[in-house]
Amino acid sequence: MANFKKATSIGDWFDQRLGTKKIEKIMASEYWIPKNINFLWAMGMVLAITFKLLLISGIFLMMYYKPDVDLAFDSVNYTIMAEVGYGWLWRHIHAVAASVIFLIVYIHMFTAIYYGSYKQGREMIWISGMLLFVTFSAEAFSGYMLPWGQMSYWAGMVITNIFEGFSPEIAGGMLNAPGLVEWLRGDFVPGDAFLTRFYMLHVLLLPLAILGLIGLHFGALRIPHVNNQDGEDIDFEVESKKYLAGDTKGSKVMRFQFDFLSKDIFVLGVFLTFFFYLVFYHFTFALDPVNLDPANGLKTPAHIYPEWYFLWSYEVLRPFAKDPGLVAFMFAQVAFFLIPFLDRSPNVAPANKRGLFAIWFWVMLVDMIVLTIMGKLPPEGIFNVIGGVAVWTFLGLFIALPIITMLEKKK
Amino acid sequence: MAVEKERRNFLGFALGGFTAIGSIAALGAMKRTWDPLPSVKAAGFTTVDLSTMEEDVLNVEKWRGKPIFILKKGPNDEENERDVIVNGSRFHISIGLCTHLGCIPAYKPADKNFLCACHGGTFNLSGEATKLPPEKALLIPPFKLDGTKLVIGEEGSEYKALKAANLLT
Repeated sequence: MANFKKATSIGDWFDQRLGTKKIEKIMASEYWIPKNINFLWAMGMVLAITFKLLLISGIFLMMYYKPDVDLAFDSVNYTIMAEVGYGWLWRHIHAVAASVIFLIVYIHMFTAIYYGSYKQGREMIWISGMLLFVTFSAEAFSGYMLPWGQMSYWAGMVITNIFEGFSPEIAGGMLNAPGLVEWLRGDFVPGDAFLTRFYMLHVLLLPLAILGLIGLHFGALRIPHVNNQDGEDIDFEVESKKYLAGDTKGSKVMRFQFDFLSKDIFVLGVFLTFFFYLVFYHFTFALDPVNLDPANGLKTPAHIYPEWYFLWSYEVLRPFAKDPGLVAFMFAQVAFFLIPFLDRSPNVAPANKRGLFAIWFWVMLVDMIVLTIMGKLPPEGIFNVIGGVAVWTFLGLFIALPIITMLEKKK
Repeated sequence: MAVEKERRNFLGFALGGFTAIGSIAALGAMKRTWDPLPSVKAAGFTTVDLSTMEEDVLNVEKWRGKPIFILKKGPNDEENERDVIVNGSRFHISIGLCTHLGCIPAYKPADKNFLCACHGGTFNLSGEATKLPPEKALLIPPFKLDGTKLVIGEEGSEYKALKAANLLT
């Protein structure tokens, strides 16, 4: 048995039983972060807090929401929005956070691409991050079903129909023997079974998966450590010893708590000011007016488009016939996973110091923005041409990546 | 010691085997739980009277939650082997969901086609895809003719003939 002494304080009492001092050191005060970073390194904390806002607002929404096709629409648009005290606040926070979290995710992703933070031992950080992106996408989609408006219904119809590509026979799938699409929906069209199972996914299974993946994502950072804005290979062992010995100025690293946290919290303050400005004064961008019409299976809205953060991958479907479109769409979903392996250069450095890769990065960023804009515009005339070029550019960039990075000179 | 190792292997395989069988059975149960309910699958039939329909006006009926297009073609509209002839008039009958991703294409009488707002696909008045992304024609649902009445959900001789000729989609 371990040797317990009379505790000298409450903290000591817990420390003897739970090892709290050691945990605090490992997780916070002796978790080392490089000093040469900028505000983009705060996006992880911004994401964690935004996720927390979603969780808390979601808990309150769950108390009045009814996952039933006859009750869902009114439970959101009448009960929560008009009757429940501050119900509107939770809904605005939930809707705005769901939209803004993707903006931060994209900034976080492109930061990693720009600084090469996905290679030389950091592959699992990138891969777990991409798994989080996919799970968050599923979480956003399942949540979008719940108000059961016109956009909910038709987005559910269109997205579940994507899986028809896997069904052996369209007629057999749709009519006699239920195929994969009908199995997913539990009905021939999105209906009650569909709404309730997507509610389950949204409030339980997917959040559980997200929490697990966040643990993996944070864990993946421990051994390779956070990258820095110069791509410098820091010896954390040596630098942290220097810091602990008192040379805090000379050391290239700082404590997570409270050195790095103080920077993080400043950026967080700026972000939350912007966030709550949106929640109180500009929330309509996150609440599509088309979704204020109750779901109607006999009427497609004149123009269906997903939320802004899915537009780029939605646009990838457009120029193709059904099956090639499905292949292109699937490729768009997995292509980013492969970046650590498609980038054949061993250099960890900002893109602007990597020759051709700098061009690749900016073309990719602009192309994603073009795809996003084209996804929102009606599929007509010149927009089809621009969209088509942007899609082929997107696919071409992934093919070009191994070639241009192989040509890159080793640092 | 060799005997001990064999015993451990046996125990390991026995445990692993039973766990695998149990997991497969559980997955089967989970799969069945997600299947459409019998009440959903047994959703009834929709009967429509064709005799009162006007030419070139699209009628949309509901069957199993899906929109059914019924269009009585006028004398200037193209003939097609997918047409259903009732009392000398030609009808186009199909499930009004785009064969790309399932949006309802809008009927455009002036252009004599159906335009899908989701990805810009078009279908002619016989439901054949005329512009990508949809490749297949609008699907013809199982139907039966009973005089001038159309019963959707039941396979009649006209439907079977279309099916045999591979013209359903």
